[in-house]
Amino acid sequence: MDAIVFWIAAGVAVAAAVNLIIQARPINSVLSLVVVLFALAVIYLQLSAEFIAALQIIIYAGAIMVLFLFVVMLLNLKQGDEEGRRGVLHSFGLLLGGAILLEISIVIRLFVPSAIHPGAQAITSNFGSVGQIGRLLFDDYLLPFELTSILLLITVAGALVLAAGRREERE
Amino acid sequence: MIPLSHYLLLSAIIFGLGVVGVIISRNLIKLLMSVELMLNAANLVFITFARWYGDPGVHIFVFIVFVVAAAEAAVGLSLVIAVFRRKESVDVDILRLLKG
Repeated sequence: MDAIVFWIAAGVAVAAAVNLIIQARPINSVLSLVVVLFALAVIYLQLSAEFIAALQIIIYAGAIMVLFLFVVMLLNLKQGDEEGRRGVLHSFGLLLGGAILLEISIVIRLFVPSAIHPGAQAITSNFGSVGQIGRLLFDDYLLPFELTSILLLITVAGALVLAAGRREERE
Repeated sequence: MIPLSHYLLLSAIIFGLGVVGVIISRNLIKLLMSVELMLNAANLVFITFARWYGDPGVHIFVFIVFVVAAAEAAVGLSLVIAVFRRKESVDVDILRLLKG
C-alpha cells in the first residue's frame, strides 16, 4: 500500500513537471506546478512530515502559486512564436539535465546506504507534528526564524520598489 | 518502507527537469517556475533525510526554504512586471542589455 501511494504520487509529480516545461501557455504551467506541489505533499505525508505537507499546500500551492497566477493574468501576454531558433539551447538543456540526473544517480548508487538507519525506527508518533515543529522553531531555531521575518520585510520593500516603477513613468 | 534511494532519485528527476526548464524556457514566468521546481526537489531531500535519521530539526530548514521561495517569487515576479512595463514582453531573448 505504501509503495502504491508512492509510485502514484511520484508518477504524477514527474508527469506534471514535464508538462510544466513543454506547455507553451504560462497559465497551464502554473496549474501543472500546483499538481507537482500536491503530489509532493502526499510524499511528505508518507514521510511523516505532516506540518510541512500542510504548509506545502497552504503556502506554496495556496499563496505563492496564486501570486504567479495573478501575474500571468495581469500581464495579458501575447502568444509569441514559442518554438524555433532555439534548437541549440534545447539540446543543450536536455543534455545538461540528463548529465545532472546521471551524476546524481551514480552518487546515490555509490554512497547512499541501503541498510535502514537506527534513527528511522526510533521516531515517536508525534514526529513532524505541529507541536514538535513549533517547539523547535521557537526554541532551538529561534534566530533563523527571526531572520526569515527580516528577509520577508526586505522582500516587501524590494517588491514594492521594483513593481511600482519610477514616478515619471507612472504619470 | 520504500528505500531511501527511490526518494532521492525522484528528487533528482524533478531537479533535472527544473534545470531543463530554466535553460529552454523563453518565458520569464516559466523560468521562475522551473526554479521553484528545483527548490521543491531540495525540499524533498530534506524531508527524506529527516525521516531517515529521525531528526525533526530538518523540517525547520524546509520551512526556511518555503520563506526563501516566497521571497524569490515576490521579487522575481516584480522584476517580471518591471520588464514587461518597459519592453511589453516577457521573452528572455529580448533582454540583451548586458550582452555587449
